[in-house]
Amino acid sequence: MKEIYLDNNATTKVDEAVFEEMRPYFCELYGNPSSMHFFGGQVQKKVDEARNRVAALLGAQPEEIIFTACGTESDNAAIRSALEVFPEKRHIVTSRVEHPAVLTLCRNLSKRGCRITELNVDSAGRLDLDELARSLDDDTAIVSLMYANNETGVVFPIEEIGAMVKAKGALFHTDAVQAVGKIPLDMATSTIDMLSLSGHKLHAPKGIGALYLRKGVPFRPFLVGGHQERSRRAGTEATSSIIALGKACELAALHMEEENTRVLALRDRLERELLARIPHARINGGGAERLPNTLSIAFEFVEGEAILLLLSEHGICASSGSACTSGSLEPSHVLRAMGVPFTCAHGSIRFSLSRFTTDAEIDTVIRELPPIIQRLREISPFGREKLTK
Amino acid sequence: MWDYTDKVKEHFLNPRNVGEIENADAVGEVGSLACGDALKLFIKLDDTKERIVDAKFQTFGCGSAIASSSALTEMIKGKTLDEALGVTNKEIADFLGGLPEEKMHCSVMGQEALEVAIAKYRGGPVPSHDHGHEHEQEGEIVCKCFGLTDGFLRKVIASNKLHTAEQVTHFTKAGGACGGCIPKIKELIAEVLGEQVKDEPRKPGKLTNLRKMQLIQETLEKEIRPLLWADGGDLELVDIAGANVQIAFRKACAGCVSSGYTARFVEQKLKDLVSDDITVEEVEG
Repeated sequence: MKEIYLDNNATTKVDEAVFEEMRPYFCELYGNPSSMHFFGGQVQKKVDEARNRVAALLGAQPEEIIFTACGTESDNAAIRSALEVFPEKRHIVTSRVEHPAVLTLCRNLSKRGCRITELNVDSAGRLDLDELARSLDDDTAIVSLMYANNETGVVFPIEEIGAMVKAKGALFHTDAVQAVGKIPLDMATSTIDMLSLSGHKLHAPKGIGALYLRKGVPFRPFLVGGHQERSRRAGTEATSSIIALGKACELAALHMEEENTRVLALRDRLERELLARIPHARINGGGAERLPNTLSIAFEFVEGEAILLLLSEHGICASSGSACTSGSLEPSHVLRAMGVPFTCAHGSIRFSLSRFTTDAEIDTVIRELPPIIQRLREISPFGREKLTK
Repeated sequence: MWDYTDKVKEHFLNPRNVGEIENADAVGEVGSLACGDALKLFIKLDDTKERIVDAKFQTFGCGSAIASSSALTEMIKGKTLDEALGVTNKEIADFLGGLPEEKMHCSVMGQEALEVAIAKYRGGPVPSHDHGHEHEQEGEIVCKCFGLTDGFLRKVIASNKLHTAEQVTHFTKAGGACGGCIPKIKELIAEVLGEQVKDEPRKPGKLTNLRKMQLIQETLEKEIRPLLWADGGDLELVDIAGANVQIAFRKACAGCVSSGYTARFVEQKLKDLVSDDITVEEVEG
């Protein structure tokens, strides 16, 4: 069975062109870029090229890019650095809907003397900027808010936030792993101090990420050791993965318009058709600005894992905010923070598209999902009166 | 992705006995939309009102919840009410070729619904674990999020031989949401294990070296390690030289700042239950 892969916010296919670009750097061009011989030097040139390509996608300068192992490392490096740079400041502002890479770190830091403010979101997943303004004080070392939410695709007003944070003298970090490659970014005109990105969310392999660090922003390295990455991230460069990330960023820039036209149209058609064909469904984050590729849709009276298992029978790969897929027992912290009603919090499904998604694949989902929801509702003890009306 | 057996998948994809029985003799409902899973079980009895002739279910839940419900209805058809009451959650899981431990609560839900249905039919007290519905609760609520009482948790801990709070969460959901009751769950585990300990014989008289070594091993296995498990720790017996017992700590105990204290606790336990001359030494291993 050929898979219909609509789980691109979890991870993406490595683009064939990206794989070709990195392939020689395993068995043939395996030199260490730090070495003082031609063999390492030629790899150094490719690493430089990759840095230029990543910087170009972000509208940044090459020396503002630090390669890391993943988005999680970038997040940890940014937040921990701010605490070291401002030893007298112990307050961090973040939100209730952040990725665990930020949220777990902040909650751990709260046990070690830091004060954490987790901003709330409204029912559409939007921040209240007045709450942000009230939370900022002279003790605030860093504000870390995601660019776009991985579960709902809701985009935060990052530049407005950045301006408020700057006015208070704190650092501003954004976890942009879901945004990079999907919406245009320009660090040259931005208020962002630090930005995390992850390769495997934009058709590069797993195990490579980057931290954008604005020139002039003070920084203390997370990993110490060698002089790599201008002593800002020690450890021998993952050359093949870095080269892959560079190529992936180049391709992302080329496909940016397609992402915001063709992919967006596919997502909108999927959303429209599912709402038309399935009663008692609602869009999570529907009232907010969202990523072009993400659709989080909740179905009342049925449970998410059961939906995913039946979709999987048709080769359709999606994800859910359901507790039962994760082994935890509460629906996703994002949906709970949004106050999604309990009648459908357990029945939310996320479809996340990519530039590889086709019309025919979306047709299949539109055809197969309604009978799946109907079948599970027939098994469910809930919602009978409402559904037969 | 969960590692479901073929039988779980088959019962999920082709569930048996879905639906309602209009004039059912007994109906048992457990769970809720908020809890993430719920089961409504319908039972029809024969003319003598002794034997189950039909069973149907409606379930809101994940794949294994639907499969467990399907399995339950298949298992109880043809049984008398007393026989059906003997069906345990473990038997439901076994019928399906096993469930992932994180999903054992689905089988417990089946057993609960059955008990509730039969208790309501017989007009006696409804089991206390009915997730805070209209029925009177027996015992003290331990897990507020899922409305589970100490009596119910004790029963599941004892019958499934659970020894960590995490296992109790997997089997009952208790402690899986806010986590506020996890210390209380650990106390319950210690109490249930303690009750089992009471049945064991007390310290014997004079021992041969061989018998002493056997007893040390048995005591570590039955009396001490389960208590460490309850806190996520463990130990391993490295060697026994005369009365000197060498142990190495594992899991949460390894590198724990209070492992010295734990070693003294192990020593006291062995002195109490095996022989007064025992000393315990923590070694690398």
